[in-house]
Amino acid sequence: MDPSARRSLLAAFLRATPRAGWWGLGMAAGLAFAVVPALHLWVPVSSPLHVSDYTVAVAGKIACYATVAVALDLVWGYAGILSLGHGLFFALGGYAFGMYLMRAIGRDGVYHADLPDFMVFLDWKAYPWTWAGTQHAAWALALVVLVPGVVALVFGWFAFRSRIRGVYFSIITQALTYAAMLLFFRNATGFGGNNGFTDFKRIFGFPISAPGTRVALFAASVLMLLATLVLCRWLVESPFGRVLRAVRDGESRLRCLGYDPLRFKLLVWTLSAVLCGIAGALYVPQVGIINPSEMSPANSIEIAIWVAVGGRGTLLGAALGAVLVNLAKSWFTQAVPELWLFFLGALFVAVTLFLPDGVVGLLRKLRPARRARAARPAGAKGSIEEVVA
Amino acid sequence: MTATLAAPLQVDTSHGVVLYLEEITVSFDGFKALDRLTLYVNVGELRCVIGPNGAGKTTMMDVITGRTRPDQGRAFFGQTLDLTRLSEVEIARAGIGRKFQKPTVFENHTVLENLELAGARDRRARRALTAEPGPEDRRRMEEVLELVRLEGEAHRPAGLLSHGQKQWLEIGMLLMQDPKLLLLDEPVAGLTDEETERSAELIRSLAGSRSVVVVEHDMDFVGRLGGTVTVLDEGAVLAEGPLEKVQADPRVIEVYLGR
Repeated sequence: MDPSARRSLLAAFLRATPRAGWWGLGMAAGLAFAVVPALHLWVPVSSPLHVSDYTVAVAGKIACYATVAVALDLVWGYAGILSLGHGLFFALGGYAFGMYLMRAIGRDGVYHADLPDFMVFLDWKAYPWTWAGTQHAAWALALVVLVPGVVALVFGWFAFRSRIRGVYFSIITQALTYAAMLLFFRNATGFGGNNGFTDFKRIFGFPISAPGTRVALFAASVLMLLATLVLCRWLVESPFGRVLRAVRDGESRLRCLGYDPLRFKLLVWTLSAVLCGIAGALYVPQVGIINPSEMSPANSIEIAIWVAVGGRGTLLGAALGAVLVNLAKSWFTQAVPELWLFFLGALFVAVTLFLPDGVVGLLRKLRPARRARAARPAGAKGSIEEVVA
Repeated sequence: MTATLAAPLQVDTSHGVVLYLEEITVSFDGFKALDRLTLYVNVGELRCVIGPNGAGKTTMMDVITGRTRPDQGRAFFGQTLDLTRLSEVEIARAGIGRKFQKPTVFENHTVLENLELAGARDRRARRALTAEPGPEDRRRMEEVLELVRLEGEAHRPAGLLSHGQKQWLEIGMLLMQDPKLLLLDEPVAGLTDEETERSAELIRSLAGSRSVVVVEHDMDFVGRLGGTVTVLDEGAVLAEGPLEKVQADPRVIEVYLGR
């Protein structure tokens, strides 16, 4: 690529996010990298300003969820591909990195053996082939990207090539994640069966539950969320995004214009899966466990609800939806755990009926009204068109 | 898959014929939608295809654009491109543009974005990431906007246009594709008289530099377009020639008035 093309690409990249957006991103980054670490590490526990272990862990976890929501919004909101199996890619990323975390335990497990506890328990003598090389963090990190990416690429290739769309596609993604869950439940699959991976001790040599490690993982999760937002924003604002929205609105019409929707869908679908995988890898060391229940169909449906609540096709709204729903979940599961699923169901119905464009759609609807009110006294001749515009 | 070949397929029209349909037969569950249809379209020609409902007009368009594969017969674009072997995408890239009966514009995209989509020179996913339209593309878009009289609507979502404006936008999108052969399926269905007149003018101006095939019900509109008329009935050509001659043909009168 020649320098001028590279410069214009960079310019387009910077332009895709509006100035206010960059301010917001900068503030979020400042919060994650300076304010929260300072309040967690250096403000004494007795101070009301102290940010607790629990808060850091929950915030980091929600940042990972929000990344998944943005990734789903990219395919659902912009390409019209509703995946109800994105939990699978998230879990695959988590398992890939979890293998490294398991091996990093070393001999500190319950059995003080070279193999992870669950393998000792199953009386295995060596690592299965799937674990090859995972003692190296670099290979495990590569798997975090490769495994969800390849699974999505292969699955997407067959599904999109066969022109499976809409609700049929959604159902197949549900089946896919369900099948994967059953596979991972088996002990023989080699990933810890229904217990999955847990009891991690350290990550890259640092103790995993030390305050410094927690804060670093939290900051990395926020950074991942912000990077995902910027990347997806650039993608949807580019000519590529214009084609993507056309795939959503009229795929066969687009084919008549000489575009091959397959490539566009496959690219964005695979990217979305990879983003989920990375989020999953950040999630696992923070919650300390990964098991097959992450692949349960209900989990993936919940992701779609986050996006619907925040506002489909807005990116930022998807992240907002993930934050709001998960804060509500944290509260509910402590105060009235038995009501949580009823609330979630009611929320989805209510959003579908009354807020088809989610929270962001509601805010957008309110904003022009406010602007119009503000403009009215000033603009003497203000035509309807001016107000609407 | 060959659809991602870098260079679009070249059309060889050295014999003066852009489209060959020979002995095309298409049947759906035993019903013959096309029955040994034979039709040639010359370079720069404006051809009107008329016929009663179920005569096979839309199926013919589907065969040309690769949407339906014929059971028998040959379909060639120029001398060399076998339409029965190319994918829809390849056919569109080779230079056959189609306007559907119902206007199908991208309603959430602005008028300008619709034209940009249609006019992009490289339609591969990789290129779409970076390829913003250049000054030459912008000039072409302005020309087309003016031609279809949508200069004032450039930044409005296409969904807000009137029915007639959508039809014109769609023709504009076809022009951005710069096809060698334009297929228009009932381009004036549901238009006002004034809009119909404007459309006829527009379509007449398109022929010459490219070939245009118009499928139409409305004899009056066909008369305004001029050009050769092909009458289809029960999947085959019933009559062909100038409108006056075709209208005088007793078999055509039988088909049109006998029902």
